[in-house]
Amino acid sequence: MSTSSATVAGSPPPGAGSSGDINLSKKPRPAESAIKVLLATCALLSALISVGIVAALIDPVIDFFGQVPFGDYFALEGEYGVLPLINATMITTIIALLVAVPLGLGAAMYLSEYASPRARRILKPTVELLAGVPSVVYGFFALAFVTPTLLQDILSLDVGFTNMLAAGLILGVMVIPTIASLAEDSLSAVPMAMRQGSLAMGANRMQTTVRVVFPAALSGIAAAIVLGMSRAIGETMIVTLAAGNIKNFTLDPRDGAQTMTGFIANTAGGENPVGSVDYNMLFAVGMTLFLITLVINMVSIFIVRRYRQAY
Amino acid sequence: MTEATALTGRSKDRNVRSILFLVALWFSLFFGVMVLAVLIIDTAIEGSSRFDAALLTEYASRVRPESTGFRAGILGTVWLMGVTAVLAVPLGIAAAVYFEEFADNRRWYNRVLEVNLQNLAAVPAIVYGLLAVAVMAVLGFSETGTALGGGLALALLILPVIVITTREALRAVPDDIRQGSLALGATVWQTTWRQTLPSSVPGIATGTILGLSRAIGEAAPLIVVGLAGSLRFDPTGVMSPITALPMQIYSLTSQSQEDLRVAASAGIIVLLVMVLSLNALAIVIRNKFQRSW
Repeated sequence: MSTSSATVAGSPPPGAGSSGDINLSKKPRPAESAIKVLLATCALLSALISVGIVAALIDPVIDFFGQVPFGDYFALEGEYGVLPLINATMITTIIALLVAVPLGLGAAMYLSEYASPRARRILKPTVELLAGVPSVVYGFFALAFVTPTLLQDILSLDVGFTNMLAAGLILGVMVIPTIASLAEDSLSAVPMAMRQGSLAMGANRMQTTVRVVFPAALSGIAAAIVLGMSRAIGETMIVTLAAGNIKNFTLDPRDGAQTMTGFIANTAGGENPVGSVDYNMLFAVGMTLFLITLVINMVSIFIVRRYRQAY
Repeated sequence: MTEATALTGRSKDRNVRSILFLVALWFSLFFGVMVLAVLIIDTAIEGSSRFDAALLTEYASRVRPESTGFRAGILGTVWLMGVTAVLAVPLGIAAAVYFEEFADNRRWYNRVLEVNLQNLAAVPAIVYGLLAVAVMAVLGFSETGTALGGGLALALLILPVIVITTREALRAVPDDIRQGSLALGATVWQTTWRQTLPSSVPGIATGTILGLSRAIGEAAPLIVVGLAGSLRFDPTGVMSPITALPMQIYSLTSQSQEDLRVAASAGIIVLLVMVLSLNALAIVIRNKFQRSW
């Protein structure tokens, strides 16, 4: 690429910029156009991934619904019922959000409203480090420490070897940095004048944070929570390891139950011949998961666009 | 009371409720770090008896679980990183350059592409595994569990991350620099190649490293692509069947032998050292080299 730019720069075609013609944007620059087309192709290619996802999933999904009626898929019971998986995903996600929303927002408020710039420079990467921990490590931790030591020994809860509670709690820890980081961005974007106005009226820092800055940043905070939720729904390794891999329709978080992602990981790890019902169900659950997160992400983007206050 | 404390409202913080509020904020901030500390200490103690050379140089072995190692996984992860970087980094940077420097953001199709990209960043990792399986089938590769298949899944996964962080880095370069270059007669591409891109290298490097460190730790798409849980040979090329460090750890967690669980803990420490040092590198680059105009 550097050579092409060098030729364009080094030798402008003599006479191309002749006296009457000063509109340089009309001047033909083949190398420049070629580069632009190349870059646009790359952009299009990366955007085509979502088309690719749908295209990759649609064929096996059609096959699947040819083999299994709709009613058997959206059923609570039976080999092909997806509702127990969705139910388990929802329970682990709710537990995760109960952990991550208060802690993530608390961390965001501290970083944005209380920390000195120097403290923030050190503390923010520390929180973000949590997002860097591989999910298989979190899953192992939930299985090897949270369930036996924390839940069974210290809290003496009657939980199984695998249970949704441990998975949800650790899922929450994993989501904290997503929520904290995005919420901190939107809290920091609230203009200083609003804080100063509040402080000038005699409010203290807590009142300013809770009653002025927090409401002003609400759209960004909502988007952060929604994105955290989609993270929790799509996370695989923690729930595969800690929540168990037996399909189980239950509302009790102390039980083990397989989630949508857990189902995909387990089925894909097994030996299912291409084209079999089980193999195709993999893609049907994948499509369901993709659509659910897609809707959630669109909601998040919509919230930001629609309710963003311009300061 | 100094002027500064009056301005921040700190002087009015001295009642029970605000102090409790501050304590709660402190707790939220350090909760995650506490969990991480417990995780590292607990795992390190569990795996401490296996911090030996065999851990890194031996293949996985069920016959001699006391000296099982992660050689194939570590080499596999290195190969995966290479394939992922080659596939994702040039494509991601080129796409970001197009969006920031060339595309007209008032056009509806460019806005659609942008929303689409935000969406892709939040698609579950395991779905990229399903996509990679389909792409490999379309391209006519029938072998599963290869370095190419795994690298493709991870590249698809981190591509949106690289595009988004590169765009942010390019956006941070002030327009004055572009206009100065254009005013001297440079074309848009010359401006991008000689002024904008060099100034945003630290930001791009940070985003790329963070993307790669995310890819190192992912196991979910690799399971779908069919990577083995353990192998007893080194990878020989992009079409060679491989395993990866997180895959080996995952397969060890379902083993009941005590020695293998200890090995899993030790392997986790190896993985954490790799991932956290990449993260630390990204933070150092961000703090040391990022220019602010």
